Amino acid sequence: MLNLIGLLAQTESESLVPAAPEYRDGSYWFPEAASSFAKDVDPLFMLIFWVSLVFFAAIVGFMIYFVIKYRDRPGHKVEKSASHNTALEIAWSVLPGFLLIWFFVDGAAGFFNMRVTPGDAEQIQVIARQFNWEFHYPNGDATTELHLVRNRPVEFVMESRDVLHSFFVPAFRQKQDVVPGRYTYTWVKPTKEGIFRLYCTEYCGDSHSLMKTNVHVYNSQEERDQATFYPWEDETPIKNGQRLFNMKCSGCHNNNDVKKTGPGLGGIWGKMETLSDGSTVEVNDNYFRESLLNPGAKLVKGYANQMPSFQGKLNDDQIFWLRAYIKSLTPNAKIEDELNLPASEAREKVDTADGDKPAAE
Amino acid sequence: MSTVEETADSHDEHDDDHHDHGEFIAHHFDSAEQQFDSGKLGIWVFLVTEVLFFSGLFVAYVLYRYHHPEVFVDASQFLDKVLGGINTIVLLFSSLTMAWAVRAAQLGNNNFAGKLILITMICAAAFLGIKAVEYSHKWDLYILPVSYYNYMEGYHPEAESGGIAGTLHISKWLVTLSMLPLLCLTLFSAGAVAMAATGKRLMAQFMLGLAIMMSGYFVGAFAGQTYQNWHEANLEAEEHAGDHGHDGDHAGDSIATGPDSTSERPPQIGVFFSIYYCMTGLHAIHVIAGMAALSWLYFRCLKAHFRPDYFGPVDYVGLYWHLVDLIWIYLFPLLYLIN
Amino acid sequence: MSATPQAQKLFGHAEENNYLKCSSGIKSWLFTLDHKRIGVMYLIGVTFALFLAGVFALILRSELFTGDENFLSEAQYNQMFTLHGAIMVFAFIIPSIPAALGNFVLPMMLGAKDVAFPRLNLCSFYLWMFGTAFLLTAMLTNGLDTGWTFYTPYSITTTTAVIYATMGAFILGFSSIFTGLNFLVTVNTMRPKTMGWFKLPLFIWSLYATSIIQILATPVLGITLLLLIAERVMHIGIFDPAYGGDPVLFQHFFWFYSHPAVYIMILPAMGVISELISVYSHKKIFGYSFIAFSSVAIALLGFLVWGHHMFTSGQSQLVTLVFSAITFSVAIPSAVKVFNWLATLYKGSIKLVTPMCYALSFIFLFGIGGLTGLFLGTLSTDIHLHDTYFVVAHFHFVMVGGTLTALLGGLYHWWPKMFGRMYNDFLGRVGCFLVFVGFNLTFFPQFVMGSRGMPRRYARYDPEFEIFHQASTIGAFILGIGILLAFAVLVHAVFFGRKIGGNPFGAASLEWQSSSPPSFHNFDHKIHMNAPYDFSAMVYDEEMDTYIQRDFVTPETPEVPAPEPTKA
Repeated sequence: MLNLIGLLAQTESESLVPAAPEYRDGSYWFPEAASSFAKDVDPLFMLIFWVSLVFFAAIVGFMIYFVIKYRDRPGHKVEKSASHNTALEIAWSVLPGFLLIWFFVDGAAGFFNMRVTPGDAEQIQVIARQFNWEFHYPNGDATTELHLVRNRPVEFVMESRDVLHSFFVPAFRQKQDVVPGRYTYTWVKPTKEGIFRLYCTEYCGDSHSLMKTNVHVYNSQEERDQATFYPWEDETPIKNGQRLFNMKCSGCHNNNDVKKTGPGLGGIWGKMETLSDGSTVEVNDNYFRESLLNPGAKLVKGYANQMPSFQGKLNDDQIFWLRAYIKSLTPNAKIEDELNLPASEAREKVDTADGDKPAAE
Repeated sequence: MSTVEETADSHDEHDDDHHDHGEFIAHHFDSAEQQFDSGKLGIWVFLVTEVLFFSGLFVAYVLYRYHHPEVFVDASQFLDKVLGGINTIVLLFSSLTMAWAVRAAQLGNNNFAGKLILITMICAAAFLGIKAVEYSHKWDLYILPVSYYNYMEGYHPEAESGGIAGTLHISKWLVTLSMLPLLCLTLFSAGAVAMAATGKRLMAQFMLGLAIMMSGYFVGAFAGQTYQNWHEANLEAEEHAGDHGHDGDHAGDSIATGPDSTSERPPQIGVFFSIYYCMTGLHAIHVIAGMAALSWLYFRCLKAHFRPDYFGPVDYVGLYWHLVDLIWIYLFPLLYLIN
Repeated sequence: MSATPQAQKLFGHAEENNYLKCSSGIKSWLFTLDHKRIGVMYLIGVTFALFLAGVFALILRSELFTGDENFLSEAQYNQMFTLHGAIMVFAFIIPSIPAALGNFVLPMMLGAKDVAFPRLNLCSFYLWMFGTAFLLTAMLTNGLDTGWTFYTPYSITTTTAVIYATMGAFILGFSSIFTGLNFLVTVNTMRPKTMGWFKLPLFIWSLYATSIIQILATPVLGITLLLLIAERVMHIGIFDPAYGGDPVLFQHFFWFYSHPAVYIMILPAMGVISELISVYSHKKIFGYSFIAFSSVAIALLGFLVWGHHMFTSGQSQLVTLVFSAITFSVAIPSAVKVFNWLATLYKGSIKLVTPMCYALSFIFLFGIGGLTGLFLGTLSTDIHLHDTYFVVAHFHFVMVGGTLTALLGGLYHWWPKMFGRMYNDFLGRVGCFLVFVGFNLTFFPQFVMGSRGMPRRYARYDPEFEIFHQASTIGAFILGIGILLAFAVLVHAVFFGRKIGGNPFGAASLEWQSSSPPSFHNFDHKIHMNAPYDFSAMVYDEEMDTYIQRDFVTPETPEVPAPEPTKA
């Protein structure tokens, strides 16, 4: 099968954060409205805006007027006036209260819309980790960018693998924190086709500002399926590994030799790394595997023990693919022939060969 | 400037009878009454902040108990009601002597007030001694905050501790914890002897008082450890008696629990002990701060500073001490008497 | 001013016996128990904190001039905004008005010689020094990158110096508690018998309300930070989800303090503005009791709204709803104050001198800060705006446009009292103008980019926000220059300003009945108890170049002065 959308081509670009889509104005204050919530949020925002503006103009207007009219100048004296006026004071304490009640009720109604998921929503699982997003669709596909269908409500079941994150799509006007140790939920109904920005808005560490990705909204399910489908079996282990790398690793590791939260993984295969205890270790199959499953065991000097263990979160195939990709990042590392075959064939080869298969659990 | 108050202090060297009016009234107060009222309001406000300081822990306690009630019931069985109960009585008694001391100071009877304060100090130290026994016993069994919690059924720490501590059946943790009090005791005793030798009677008396206070710690620790050993022996005897019946173990439990219910403790049990150590630890820090404040009062009693129109400090520390006591009165049932 | 017998009777004879000169040497300052000296030391301290954190602000604004990396790595940027926030909040804004200005003014306004517990006051200052030293230690060792909010679990897992910083905040918390406790007791027990609650200047009311918050809220921060330290040191599992803890519980604890803390920051500022508006309109404050009670109402309601920082945190929807409703109710007392200030201007005689310029600028900026709060209190719009630059702009309008502006206004108001010399009013107004313009240019664009979706705490941003960020960066530098100028004018005045009399502005509260600068005991003469806003009693005396009580214009038979000061 073919990779129709060319997701891979996109992720091969320099930065692993997808390029920002073109910004489209909705109004002066808002980006283009792309979900059903915009009709709850935008008009209420504008209502509060105009009411505030009237109050503000009145306050500043009176202030300037008084300052000019009653400025201290030769011959001007303080005029007699009341030092309090209970009726007036009660009036300006109570009357704005009605406006506030209006805002509150309107805001609460919109809020319930945003928090109560309709029953027919499709479920997408969201995994947030420092510093990338992973989306799992009902049909088993998984992507690093979010792909939705226009006018179909979708519920996000969100979990964090490390610290607090927050799921925010300005065009959707929707936001929800992602809290480790529990699931949080949110939903949207996209109403416009296009590409929009998704941000993490809860500060989560070094590369917080790069924890952003794109949301693609399509007109039909078919288009979405094409976008999310990825033929794991037909692609080579290296390409599969690259895809996994983008999903699981790229938040903290670069695919060149530039340091990020963790070391850059380009050009390391076969290298001798100095560990935090001063000893050295060669980056090979075993060290690679150990670093994935028990990251704290042999820390490279200069890095903190921050990486979560992938024990039980990656299967042997996936570890094999990741290894293939990491290996391919070292220009003169010897790439086994089967790493350029489709994954299904590569697996057979490896299974039948003896020593090369990573040791099973 | 501080001069007004400092001259007041420097007068004390004369160990005097002629308290002229206003010796202890700071320059910015108009009258003794204003000073007393300010101090009293100040200490009450301070007590409010103390209560709120503890309230965070109480809220955490309530939330975790609400979410895991069964864990709390299970975990509290590791706490010894008898030792906790003795400590409650010790503190209640100290509150009584403290209140009495306030009264004595108010009557100007510095001698008697000093004695009562000394008893209060001894009780405080004894409380810490018993607490140290409780802590050390749990640490022996690896009953620790959640991340270090590693209690195993049937583990006997005695097997591991050697040396004199082992033969005397004293927990090695208790020995470690007692090092600092031992150092203090030695220093204070030496100080008392040195002061007496150089003829500084007042300081010698004060140092002696501090040494007596520290010995209170050892009385508490000794009594606690003796009870603990006796209790342990009892349990063992019970265990041997019913040896062929089941292999359940009660290392430290005051209530025997069936083998099935104890074999799989949920991980949150460690959180109970996290909260337990935070609450009792913070309380113990307050007891230590109280001991320091009481020592200061004791010193001033020796100098006969207090009289009917000036006894504020005793009153203020007394209020603080009652609060420390009160917090324990809440902690004891919340932690020890669940079920 | 010459020390005529008349002047001595009115303002005491502190020419050579004022609190600055009565003793000298570094020890006479470091161990002083005098509230005025402690206030001055506090002032120097918080100004240092302001400039340090201000430099951080300029560094991070410069980095944000473009969306890509300019000169700070992401990690460095994160440290910059964290230190900016932590130092500004804990070491500058919270102690700024209460501990620096309040310490100086509060006992004098009450006609008292000192605060109730002078040693505790000094202790509070040293705790401030220690706490700030801890924050600086954190900065100089591993840095700090948690944000000033220390949210778990990131604050448990990061490798930066969280323990130093939290210890610092913990100690600063106690410094704040001691100040609050001291002020509360002072107001209760140290004022003259004839001074009832409703004869107190409104600045005292606002400081009293602030003290209540400091006393009731800060201990909760204390225990929270201790638990965080315990969590980091030995993983007690209360906040750490890895051991079954609840990270959202930390947020509840944290905001239970930190939301009331917002009112610790703004209430004293409101009190300052109440003084300035009435003094420089030369007119009795309008609606005294409404302003007084609104301070108390804000303080109490402030305890019930902490959850509005957590609308998106996943707390239950019912709770969210309740917090939103109560949040709106806080809007009312704030609005009441603004309306009353306006009514005070009405038919007054308004002097547009520097402090008044700051006061009017406060009304403008706090107006925006307050009104934008409505967007954030409203649930549905907050979901969109939460954690964006809209929030950043909102609280800077309140904290900087509000508190810093009021602090500067208050300093310009009481500076002649503190140091006995007048500043250059023209340059003062230029400074005020630069602060005003620079501030608006910095923070107004942030509202726009916030509602367009720019998240806060971002080191790198998307191209569509660049134009706003650039305006903001330029504004920040203008603001920086303005603040620098404002302080330069004040410092210049201390050494080169024209000497002035006891009451140059015709204010009626008691502190103006002392000499400028005041004597060691504040008042070494009999004070005349008059209402704090009765300006009709004040007339200008040309010979003495100061305002005096009308009753004293006609010479009387000399009175026997009050007892001599006990100490020179």
